[in-house]
Amino acid sequence: MSRIRKNYENSFAHRFLVFVKGDKPLPEEDHVEEWKHRVAEVKETERAENASYLELAETDPYEDAKRFAKMSDMRVFRRIYYVLAMLMCLMIIGMLIMNVAYMPAFGSEDTPTNNEVAERYLEKGSEETGVVNTVTGMILQYRAFDTFGETNVLFVAACSVMILLFYKTEPEADGTEKRKRKKKAAARHNDEAVAQAEAAAETPDGSVTAPSCAWPQGMQEKETEPERDIILQNVARVVVPMIFLFGLYILLNGHLSPGGGFSGGAVIGAGLILYNAAFGFRATRRFFDEKVYDIIKVGSLCLYALIIAYYLFTGANGIASIVPLGKLGAIISSGLILPINLLVGLEVACTMYAFYALFRRGTF
Amino acid sequence: MDFVRNFPFFSILLPMISGPISSVMSGKRAKRLNFAVVTVSGLLSVAAFVYVLYTGEAYNYRMGAFPAPFGNEIRVGLLETMMASFFCFVMLLSIVGGYRFTVVDIPAEKQNLFYIMMNLLLSSLLALIYTNDMFTGYVFIEINTIAACGLIMIRGWGRNLLAATKYMIMSLLGSGLVLISLSILYGITGHLLMEPMHEAIVQIIEQRTYSEPLTVAVGLFCVGIAIKSALFPFHSWLPDAYGYSTCASSAILSSLVSKGYIFLLIKFFYRVIGMDIIHTIQVDDVLFVFGIAGMVFGSISAIQQTDVSRMIAFSSVAQIGYIYMGFGLNTEAGMIASIFHILAHAAGKSMLFISLNSLSDGTWEYANYRKLRGSAYRHRIASLGFAIGSLSMVGIPLLAGFTSKVYYAKAAFGVGSSPKMLIALVALAISTILNAMYFIGQLINIYTPIVTEPEPGTVKHSNVTRVAVFMFIAVNFVLGMGSEPVFRWIQTGLAQFM
Repeated sequence: MSRIRKNYENSFAHRFLVFVKGDKPLPEEDHVEEWKHRVAEVKETERAENASYLELAETDPYEDAKRFAKMSDMRVFRRIYYVLAMLMCLMIIGMLIMNVAYMPAFGSEDTPTNNEVAERYLEKGSEETGVVNTVTGMILQYRAFDTFGETNVLFVAACSVMILLFYKTEPEADGTEKRKRKKKAAARHNDEAVAQAEAAAETPDGSVTAPSCAWPQGMQEKETEPERDIILQNVARVVVPMIFLFGLYILLNGHLSPGGGFSGGAVIGAGLILYNAAFGFRATRRFFDEKVYDIIKVGSLCLYALIIAYYLFTGANGIASIVPLGKLGAIISSGLILPINLLVGLEVACTMYAFYALFRRGTF
Repeated sequence: MDFVRNFPFFSILLPMISGPISSVMSGKRAKRLNFAVVTVSGLLSVAAFVYVLYTGEAYNYRMGAFPAPFGNEIRVGLLETMMASFFCFVMLLSIVGGYRFTVVDIPAEKQNLFYIMMNLLLSSLLALIYTNDMFTGYVFIEINTIAACGLIMIRGWGRNLLAATKYMIMSLLGSGLVLISLSILYGITGHLLMEPMHEAIVQIIEQRTYSEPLTVAVGLFCVGIAIKSALFPFHSWLPDAYGYSTCASSAILSSLVSKGYIFLLIKFFYRVIGMDIIHTIQVDDVLFVFGIAGMVFGSISAIQQTDVSRMIAFSSVAQIGYIYMGFGLNTEAGMIASIFHILAHAAGKSMLFISLNSLSDGTWEYANYRKLRGSAYRHRIASLGFAIGSLSMVGIPLLAGFTSKVYYAKAAFGVGSSPKMLIALVALAISTILNAMYFIGQLINIYTPIVTEPEPGTVKHSNVTRVAVFMFIAVNFVLGMGSEPVFRWIQTGLAQFM
């Protein structure tokens, strides 16, 4: 409002704003010479200060370090360092082994771990959680929150690997209509990103832009494809469906026999990796690309989180859960454990394959 | 049961759900979601804090259908809710204050990953604060470590990757030691929840059955946490990790991440082992010695730096030394001083990083002290924030750092006739002088009245950063001048731990 009033430049508000922003007032005519002079002076002092650094920069930057490493004192010091480090390690190993001698004997009857907690897990586990496999009941019902945390560890690890290795691929030139649309979307996205970065940096000469993460120059998509190996392909044709089936079996039987979400998911993930190694990324992308990965990952984790939220909330507030436990030993039983196992399995399988794909070529 | 009792659980779960959701969002939307989530989590924590303050007693919240020794639990007391509210607040201000740099430093495609890391970091910090179960603590230590690693390397420079690698190696070593320690503790007590574990340990001490494994376990746990929170001899990963990552990351890493581990250590001391047993096996003396060493050597390393961001990072080593020194005094007053120092350091250090990033704005990302000369005249508010933060770290009256130093001095006098009193007081004095040497020197440097021209097109004034810095300044003054209620809350909270 006040900016349109007369004589705004001399008002207190304007001077305060200028002070806060650190904007320099425009030099008046007779001050220009003095201004230039001062700038030159400052530059001169800076140059003098930097001179010693410039001299250093002209010499081999590693020369000092090399000389340092060659010094005989350093060699002796390094040897002493190695010896001391070894001694420390041996001491810690010795201490831990000594410690084992003082621990309660493994498997004996009166160890502290054989207490009421283990007793209840073993004796009442099936009755309270509706599972035959007590381990599953323990990790998914008694200690459900820890397991939810562990699943999130996998998720955050996959995201970290994406931070490190993820590249946006350039769609191929002879692509289909779908790919073209993708390219357009990507271009729009890039424009947006650049515009966003520029709006934030607001540079007059556009010198600061967001760093992009395109593929390294000269890298072809073909280079990342595995070689076509006939033996591998023929074996994979037979083995991969069986691996998938076995993984599903482990997932669905998690509450009845040894297994569950984590192990079943790992088996399915291994199957995906084998398929990819045999047939390449283009074949895998027909049914498993980034979009599918996103949908499965987000869907399974969010559903899992909602189920866990429901379970923890009802449990903590003493509300009876509406999910029936079912008949002990049947496939569809044990209430929430079966869907949780399935969701964990999907998440683990996706993460396994994502690790492989990201390390192999930086994208899906 | 009052509905408010559920709030801490909601505040942990909310960021965990929003993490996966923001992985399919654009960076801008993820930012908005993150902002909303941190705000809501903070408000929920504040509500829980007010609830606990009025009812006057802590409560255990059952995570699931099964009661204490069988299922998971979180514990909600005055100290926990206070810490959670404060952490949310500092995190919000750091993200807001560093937003301008986040946009420039991180590739647009990876911005949402940044906010995923932030969400999961928040949930893990809250879980570390609230947990009543040692193994839950370990799980969230893992999430915290990986998320922090992602935050360090997301800038994508060579030295970020180097710093992240260093951080990963040292941090995993720490996690491993914590895990070994928990396995030993489970082996000799048969429990993972804090209260049953404590009862079992009291029995162990009475019967003298497994006292050697107990000592080893406590030692390993302390060393593990010390590595992760950069206590003096284990601080080699810290300067690179804090100094070179993007503004919001370094503010949050320095002020919150290490403090989450330290808070778990406090809970471990009070609720699992018991301070008297800690004294019997003399862990406190060891922590005292390393804390004192950190106070002095951290500051000496800071003086040697030419890069100001590394200087501030090294000053963190000294401040962590203060916190461990307070543990080492092994009195209630020492512990209160340490907890207060956690707050004071979090408020000061995050402000310093945000201000420094604004000040070095015109110098092409280098925070070399030569380039910063006279930069105060480009950014008035940022330089004010830098000045207030430095003075608070040095310990000038009216500011948070001064108050915590007064508490430390009082605590040292309260130790009684023990050499610890003299050592602590002398170390406080030396450390204050060393702090003043580099912080006041930097202040003179940036306020030197010479005309420097910023590199063209690099200076941008952001009102959001200014607001964040102002809020931080306010927090520093509030903590410095109105420390009495905070002191009382910490005292009550510690009493609830017993």
